[in-house]
Amino acid sequence: MTDTNMARAQLAQGEEAIIEFNDVNKWYGDFHVLKNINFSIKKGERIVVCGPSGSGKSTMTRCINRLEEHQKGTILVDGVEMNNNLKNIEAIRKDVGMVFQHFNLFPHLTILENLTLAPIWVRKTPKKEAEEMAMHYLERVKIANQALKYPGQLSGGQQQRVAIARGLCMQPRIMLFDEPTSALDPEMIKEVLDVMVQLAEEGMTMVCVTHEMGFAKTVADRVVFMDAGEIVEANKPHEFFDNPQHDRTQMFLSQILNH
Amino acid sequence: MAIIFKPSPSLPPPVTSVGPVAWVRQNLFSSPLNIFLTLFSLYLLYLLIPPVIEWGFINATWEGTSKAACTGGGACWAFVVVYFDQFMYGLYPEAETWRINLAVILLIVMVGAFAIKTINKLYLSIAIIFAYPIVAYFLFAGGIFGLEVVETSLWGGLFLTVLLGVIGIVASFPLGVVLALGRRSDMPIAKSVCVVFIETIRAVPLITILFMASVMIPLFLPEGLNFNKLLRVLIGITLFSAAYMAEVVRGGLQAIPKGQYEAADAMGLTYWQSMILVILPQALKLVIPGIVNSFIALFKDTTLVYIVGMFDFLGRIQAANHDANWLGTTVEGYAFAGFVYWAICFGMSRYSMALERKLETGHKRN
Repeated sequence: MTDTNMARAQLAQGEEAIIEFNDVNKWYGDFHVLKNINFSIKKGERIVVCGPSGSGKSTMTRCINRLEEHQKGTILVDGVEMNNNLKNIEAIRKDVGMVFQHFNLFPHLTILENLTLAPIWVRKTPKKEAEEMAMHYLERVKIANQALKYPGQLSGGQQQRVAIARGLCMQPRIMLFDEPTSALDPEMIKEVLDVMVQLAEEGMTMVCVTHEMGFAKTVADRVVFMDAGEIVEANKPHEFFDNPQHDRTQMFLSQILNH
Repeated sequence: MAIIFKPSPSLPPPVTSVGPVAWVRQNLFSSPLNIFLTLFSLYLLYLLIPPVIEWGFINATWEGTSKAACTGGGACWAFVVVYFDQFMYGLYPEAETWRINLAVILLIVMVGAFAIKTINKLYLSIAIIFAYPIVAYFLFAGGIFGLEVVETSLWGGLFLTVLLGVIGIVASFPLGVVLALGRRSDMPIAKSVCVVFIETIRAVPLITILFMASVMIPLFLPEGLNFNKLLRVLIGITLFSAAYMAEVVRGGLQAIPKGQYEAADAMGLTYWQSMILVILPQALKLVIPGIVNSFIALFKDTTLVYIVGMFDFLGRIQAANHDANWLGTTVEGYAFAGFVYWAICFGMSRYSMALERKLETGHKRN
């Protein structure tokens, strides 16, 4: 971790939490998928969530913008409780961008229309302004020359960068990444990670579910390890990787780092 | 020093795999069975086509005032020529048929205007969907601007067929979409209402619904609260078609990956925004073949109004067959009916294929 990142992490600790999980429990039918999650994320913090498949890491992340409902406990996002109040959910979703494993771009719209859809309809931004902003973010993810193409004409890496730009167009306060590189060919992972690193350096609050341990080492303020619906360990990356406290974490790390 | 990789140049395909000769060889004479089938089909065509052309054109009679004039031994098209106006307009007063023609021309012009680039497509759509029906209604029914009133009982022929078909299609489509969304809704009441409606209507034959509309409803309604039979039949046809449409659209909604719903939700779109902007455009495009299938079926099903005493295109032809002057012209009448239905349905089918091609955005793997 660089010095500036260290400084940022310390600064972040002083600030108040922007996402708070209090005793969160969730079941899929009888399956207890999240067990007593207690966790808080401060403004500007970059969190990487890892763990074996089925450990609940995606589910926990998706609870933040209520793509998944939890049944017990409270989740506060930006001070607003996520419950059945549709108005609250819609208000929070405006401020929380999300990037999915399978990009989920809208195939019937051009890249530019994908980016301007939410600003125009949710934020009521004038079309021209929304398009200018979209082009700005497309340039940032280095894909502005593809603006008038359809998602189906782009490579996976390009589509995922578009998806990130689409999230940014809503000018969110939090970005959620749900395994953003897992569906990509190895050659394309780097171009997506580069964009995410750049975003992290600008101070965006990020929650990222990923198996990219290199990414976790470089940009994360804290790495969270989950297994069987619980948070096993959450620590600063150098301590997490060099000195894991829990035997389950040690086993996981040995499996993913030594192959 | 590393070896530099240079891709080999692309070569054209071998001559034997392109061009018409290759096409014929691959598609018609690729195996002994295919050779046999090709020759057999050619023989069947040889048996069929010359007699049909002889009957329909060479020996056909085009002029005359009764069956007796048809002496050529071929088709008696004079029957169709004499009755043509009635087949087209039913019993609509002859002096007033220009009103129907005008309405048709107006519609063609308005739809054709979509091709003009400078025109505002939204306003044009609104004009076609909301203003045109009012104009057309007063043109058909009369009663204002000194237009003579024409009772709906006089409406008939192809005019009535197209009217029933078009209104049935235009009205059942949005209703079907709403029913499909309702059936997939989380709201228990909306969902059960839609399920009960769809399953009830689909379980009943169209004839039953038409009988209900024309005979039963007037019995149940109190005296003086009756309304036009054509309108009742139209409502029946619309509800019937909407139930089928709903299931076709539901198929499309189910084919949209969950990720599309999630992405729309995650960006804060409301339910109706995500449906109208994200889900339906994709779902409807997927089910264009099914939708057009329903439309074509509905268009042909409208002939059933004959059962409740309305003389549509086919009804008019059947009635004319009973004319003592033209006995024995049934084949010509049905051939004409078949040709007109085929032309209209084939046109709908070609249009839908063109629409699918136009909406293709390259995300589908062929």
